[in-house]
Amino acid sequence: MNNPPDIAQDPAEHEEYAHGVQQHVSRYLMVGGLLLFFTLLTVALSYVDFGGFFSWLFHIHISPQGGRKLNIAVAIAVAAFKASLVALIFMHLAAEKRLIYRVLIFTGFFVLGLFWLTYLAWYDPITR
Amino acid sequence: MEIPYTISTRPDTGLWNAKVGIWLFLASEVMLFGGLFSAYVFLRLDAQPGEWPHGLLNVPIGTMNTAVLILSSVTVVLAWAALKMRRYNAYWWYMLATILCGVTFLFVKLYFEWPQKFSHYGVYLKPEAREKYEQYLGNHRREEKGLEPRIEITGHLENHEALTDSNVKEYEIAMDPVNADPDNPAMDRPHFIPLPATDKVAKIEKEDVERISSFGPWHSAYFASYFTITGLHGAHVLGGVLVFLYMWLPVSKKVYQRNPEHLANRVEVSGLFWHFVDLIWIFVFPLFYLL
Repeated sequence: MNNPPDIAQDPAEHEEYAHGVQQHVSRYLMVGGLLLFFTLLTVALSYVDFGGFFSWLFHIHISPQGGRKLNIAVAIAVAAFKASLVALIFMHLAAEKRLIYRVLIFTGFFVLGLFWLTYLAWYDPITR
Repeated sequence: MEIPYTISTRPDTGLWNAKVGIWLFLASEVMLFGGLFSAYVFLRLDAQPGEWPHGLLNVPIGTMNTAVLILSSVTVVLAWAALKMRRYNAYWWYMLATILCGVTFLFVKLYFEWPQKFSHYGVYLKPEAREKYEQYLGNHRREEKGLEPRIEITGHLENHEALTDSNVKEYEIAMDPVNADPDNPAMDRPHFIPLPATDKVAKIEKEDVERISSFGPWHSAYFASYFTITGLHGAHVLGGVLVFLYMWLPVSKKVYQRNPEHLANRVEVSGLFWHFVDLIWIFVFPLFYLL
């Protein structure tokens, strides 16, 4: 982003800057609208039985528990999409400095490790 | 002493310091909430059939609170953009809107959602006694359809003295529709707008009861993780509101007058925290309310 108005010397640069921020503003509003839409979508989808939906579409039988698993997968996918919108646009991760990405790569690595431990514990013959 | 790199960027990182600081803090927050979410996954995978409840939370209220948080994420980023364009008045209004959204969220949680749970009761039946209460559980039909069994009768406890008085031999529960009309296929899935408890009262003998409790954290692994995660999340919302309040009060106008970019940077880092809190809620909402 260019220099803010009180730092910019040239009036043209000032105008260009304000225009740049204005473009960001319309993007923020659009993302806000998208997030609200996907919130309503995820609520609506939670009342759809995906097991029934898929067996109707592909003529395969899916047990009620299997259908529930599909519903969980759909809801998590929508949530992950919403979360990435927040992270990329609102938190400016779409264009950030390298140091921050490095920190987040480590975080991602460790949080995946944490969930992997949960997964391992579930297959532990002693505690289960 | 002057704190270095609050406005200008440090040559080696290319960032002003507070931004590095907040991201390191958010990285630790990811681990904190990650631990709780993995506990949720573990508890849920470990639940026996029928043990993990569905549809006990109010979905319209939860949806509204989700929308309120999303709205506040938009207003805080607009507040930051207003500062970047040096429009203090617009900033002031956007910040006020953000604070009001945060307060609304907390108000709904603390005065509506949580207290409602504490006055609702659930009775877990002993496995051998379930057949006796088949008329309230509808498990024969559920077994045929391959659905998980019902192991609990929920509703309003009519005789609270039964909790303490050992001379009272049975609990009287004004049942929720799911137990009042258990064989109705409409009860197989949670309702969008929760149905109120009926006036149909079930008398449940104490000796058939494994456990009775209100819908507090002590009720089940589900409510324990619900109250822990939403409680910690609520504490974060409160923290964010307090920080925003400081940035909204006249004391911060002085910072703006000294160097507007300094206040803009402060709003940016507190905004990053706020978006993170929103991001956590984006996962909390489907995991507890919908699935």
